Amino acid sequence: MKGRASNPLVVNGALIGLALVALFPLFWMISVSLMQPGEAADVPPPLLPSDPTFENYLRLFGQTGMGRYFLNSLVLAVSATALSLFFNVTAGYAFAKLRFKGRDTIFRLLLAALVIPAQVAMIPLFLMLKEMGLINTYLGVLVPTMANVFGIFLVRQYALSVPTEMLEAARLDGAGEIRIFASIVLPALRPIIVTLGIFAFLASWNDFLWPLIVLIDDDMYTLPVAIAALSREHVQDAELMMAGAVVTVLPVLFLFLGLQRFYLRGLLLGSVKG
Amino acid sequence: MTAVALDSIRKSFGQTEILKGLDLEVRPGEFMVFVGPSGCGKSTLLRVIAGLEEADEGVVRIGGERVNDTAPAKRGVAMVFQSYALYPHMSVFENMAFGLKLSGRSKAETRQAVEAAAEALGVSHLLERKPRELSGGERQRVAIGRAIVREPKVFLFDEPLSNLDAALRVRMRYEFARLHERLKTTMIYVTHDQVEAMTLADRIVVLNAGRIEQVGDPMTLYHHPANLFVAGFIGSPSMNLLPGVLEAADADGARVRLETGETVRAAVDASAAAPGAAVTLGIRPEHARIGEGENRITARARFAELLGGTTVSYWEREGAEASFTLQAPGLHEPAPGEPAELGFQARDCHLFDARGAAFMRKG
Ligand SMILES: Nc1ncnc2c1ncn2[C@@H]1O[C@H](COP(=O)(O)OP(=O)(O)OP(=O)(O)O)[C@@H](O)[C@H]1O
Ligand SMILES: [Mg+2]
Repeated sequence: MKGRASNPLVVNGALIGLALVALFPLFWMISVSLMQPGEAADVPPPLLPSDPTFENYLRLFGQTGMGRYFLNSLVLAVSATALSLFFNVTAGYAFAKLRFKGRDTIFRLLLAALVIPAQVAMIPLFLMLKEMGLINTYLGVLVPTMANVFGIFLVRQYALSVPTEMLEAARLDGAGEIRIFASIVLPALRPIIVTLGIFAFLASWNDFLWPLIVLIDDDMYTLPVAIAALSREHVQDAELMMAGAVVTVLPVLFLFLGLQRFYLRGLLLGSVKG
Repeated sequence: MTAVALDSIRKSFGQTEILKGLDLEVRPGEFMVFVGPSGCGKSTLLRVIAGLEEADEGVVRIGGERVNDTAPAKRGVAMVFQSYALYPHMSVFENMAFGLKLSGRSKAETRQAVEAAAEALGVSHLLERKPRELSGGERQRVAIGRAIVREPKVFLFDEPLSNLDAALRVRMRYEFARLHERLKTTMIYVTHDQVEAMTLADRIVVLNAGRIEQVGDPMTLYHHPANLFVAGFIGSPSMNLLPGVLEAADADGARVRLETGETVRAAVDASAAAPGAAVTLGIRPEHARIGEGENRITARARFAELLGGTTVSYWEREGAEASFTLQAPGLHEPAPGEPAELGFQARDCHLFDARGAAFMRKG
């Protein structure tokens, strides 16, 4: 497989160039968040803050209640991750390994539901939650994320590779279904659980539209919703906005990088077992 | 008292009937081997006994008790799977201790049982390892150890040696024999390896397409196969089956005219059949010789396999489709196309009626 594009200097140079292009907005976001008010609006826009300051962050947490929104986002994302892991993993395993009537029919129906765009489902979902009295509650934000077809599908495909004989051995050893799930299945599914957990956390953390629809009181806002509202109030204040963006993006970036090891393995393990 | 008794067991998957009414009694302490072609239902039958599959009809008894509605773990059976099915994230010790822990044994008791089993199987030094750090043979031993510590009434083995290389299979085969000798527990062992079946079994069950063809000790199956299927299945290379017509059946045996024209004598009691009936003559490759024997057939050599100690040669006969196999000690390589007289003794012949059932052999 060696040959043609063999000059490592060219390859690495191109990769570094592309990485710089991709990272530039991130860099400028951080840079602007440290600038004096109005500085980012200068022409031409400065690359680095002339007089770096944490003023914007102080204002963000002091005046706009960003701490509260951060906490809202965190609590919601953690709950959404826990709930969706619980339901997706149990359901995915059941569809892969447990025998029950109509299993394959139900699964095919679920897959068929994948073609419905989330946006189309939003209005009916909203009306349903309204009937249930869940509008303007955290539960209302969480309910639609609790289980999703894609997650179930992902877990099922992975769980299919868990040897049935291993589960049967445990059954013969005297383990009940719950014990088998906890002691045998969960460890076997760990890579896909980490992967799915990251997906769920990111999806909840970054979600803008659904919390915007469900949440009415502004002290219940999540970060993306709060920043959108903030940007309406402070159109001119790019530095403050960027500080808000940094607070939103950086935690998940670190989470993502930190768990990358597991996450990549989760994506690979399905094909290369052992 | 029986260890395991099956009474008219039926099992279907969807529309396909896999087990078609099986009756079987396994005696206490017996080493029972199930053989049969791939897909005949051996594993399914074993799983019905274990309780991993539910029989659609019929009764399963273990130790005299009806267990149809008893959970697998409560049946007093332990199973070793072909894939070993070890728990990959647990150490060898934890693998072997898992069942005991669940049954509520004390830590000390569990440790003692596991260590004793590990000692007996020679895996004491591996107790802290994970299954992926073991060789195939070691995994196999751990899987057996996991079964032993539970002190079951019946062991179930589903092709336990099929993933091992030839040399290791021979050694493990011997260890299975020793294990049975030591524990004296009832064992049911599925294989499609002839040698495993013949050497390990007290009795062999030959299964075919969901039915039992014959049950008997290895030598009975070899010398007195009940029908064409068993005759062809037991023995390697498999028995030559020559179609023919019964000419006469008298006190000392039967006279058969083969489709190729030769007339041969077989020491069997075929008096139940009328002269003129279609029959099949069976002769094992190891009972045929070149140029020796009271019955003679003519054939041309096609090719020979030299195995060192023995030679297996294949012959074609004018007017017959199937080739004739001959196995003789020593090295001899007939030239291809060379005509020869092959012979065999009347007392080595088997004879089967038109439906495939064997006539009684004499002596
Ligand atoms: N869970 C199942 N669902 C549907 N069909 C099955 C199932 N298990 C087994 N079968 C079918 O039942 C038949 C017998 O299977 P079984 O595994 O008992 O065969 P076997 O004698 O053990 O074969 P082998 O020697 O290849 O292991 C096969 O045709 C198989 O396809
Ligand atoms: Mg099988």
